[in-house]
Amino acid sequence: MNTFLAVLRRDLRLALRRSGDLATVVLFFILTASLFPFGVGPDPNLLARMAPGIVWVTALLAVLLSLERIFLADYEDGSLELLRISPVSLELVVLAKITAHWLTTGLPLTTAAPILAILFNLPSEALPTLLLTLLIGTPTLSLVGAVGAALTLGARRGGVLIPLLVLPLNVPVLIFGTGAVDAAISGFPAQANLALLGAVGALMLFVGPVAAAAAVRQAVE
Amino acid sequence: MSETTSTAPQAIAPKRSFHYFANPARFVRVADAVYPWCFYAALICLGVGFYTALFVAPADYQQGETVRIMYVHVPAAWMAMFIYANMALASASLLIWRHPLAGAFAKAAAPIGAAFTFLALFTGAFWGKPMWGAWWVWDARLTSVLILFFIYLGHIALVDAFDNPDRGQKAAAVLCLVGAVNLPIIKFSVDWWNTLHQPASITKLGTPSIHSSMLWPLLIMAIGYMLFFACLAIIRTKSELLAAKQRSLSLRALHAGGGD
Repeated sequence: MNTFLAVLRRDLRLALRRSGDLATVVLFFILTASLFPFGVGPDPNLLARMAPGIVWVTALLAVLLSLERIFLADYEDGSLELLRISPVSLELVVLAKITAHWLTTGLPLTTAAPILAILFNLPSEALPTLLLTLLIGTPTLSLVGAVGAALTLGARRGGVLIPLLVLPLNVPVLIFGTGAVDAAISGFPAQANLALLGAVGALMLFVGPVAAAAAVRQAVE
Repeated sequence: MSETTSTAPQAIAPKRSFHYFANPARFVRVADAVYPWCFYAALICLGVGFYTALFVAPADYQQGETVRIMYVHVPAAWMAMFIYANMALASASLLIWRHPLAGAFAKAAAPIGAAFTFLALFTGAFWGKPMWGAWWVWDARLTSVLILFFIYLGHIALVDAFDNPDRGQKAAAVLCLVGAVNLPIIKFSVDWWNTLHQPASITKLGTPSIHSSMLWPLLIMAIGYMLFFACLAIIRTKSELLAAKQRSLSLRALHAGGGD
């Protein structure tokens, strides 16, 4: 647990010292989403109908943008190798890094989501559900993304590869996330979608760190 | 075999298990022996399959002649999943037992699987146009096959992304296994998403069971595809192994030259 907290604290401190990266992700999220009205027209009903999907897709892309950050700097300056040969469990280290990534991307995105909800006329009764789906779903994006980020360490054109690996695997999160908000908009209970979103997250909580740690071992071998 | 007096030869005698064939040299020997049989059997199956599918099997009472697309389309979709399952098994044995053959096989099989998946999507579009009136609809099955295609493409890109080919194979193996865990969830979620968003706008093939006059050509085609895959996989795996050998030989030559 101490290891976990130590790595988490270190990664958070590093992320906060380069808080420009953090702001970029949130800015990208809001900017990309505000392009949609230009594309589909300003009709408020249409935008309200599309809001859950737009918020979720842009959140997915924004997370994608920041994935390289999880391991790349540590890989390049050799600290990842030190973490790998240290006696502590690499899975735990990876989980700490993923947590730090979520705290610096998923959480800010969730807090920025109400702005988009206002811009897109999302019915106010659906807003809590939207925030809840982002709160449950964005950790899964970090968990799956970490696998992609670890697999592409040392690859040629690694940055371009990550989306190709990660996006198809994120389809369930997108479906359950938007499904819950859609249900809330039309007045249906959203529990089923939320539960499934949580289930996917729970599975990835196990698979993600194990697979990412395996990939890190290969990378620094 | 029953002789147990001398223990030394027993100890080095390879066990006839799954691992017995993981030796690349032994694989090449077996594959060379199997290949001609596979090749001619594939030729016969595909020939008979195409003939019966196009000329012998009856046209559908509802879909008419377009139902014949099924004989190309359905086995291709089966192969798309079958090959991915094979790759997942190979990836697991690469990561667990470090069989180099498994890595070569997974790398060799991925483009073939992607090609079958593309064939399924492509023929599906041509079947969808007369049946549903659109080249593409976001039907649950189409969508999950499309995502499978993307996962294949990611695998192919990752294998080739490293200067060290071993690293590429191992990274792709991890991806393949993560994908294997995810595929059922994707399939399930897409099914669910589809029923949520556009309920019953698409009528699937109405008949719950298929008549034997249509089933036989379909099965023959499926066996033909399978044998064809075996042929391609043997050729491609062998060339992977040869390329690896050539790399290590030229490295050795380089080291020998530098050392003197």
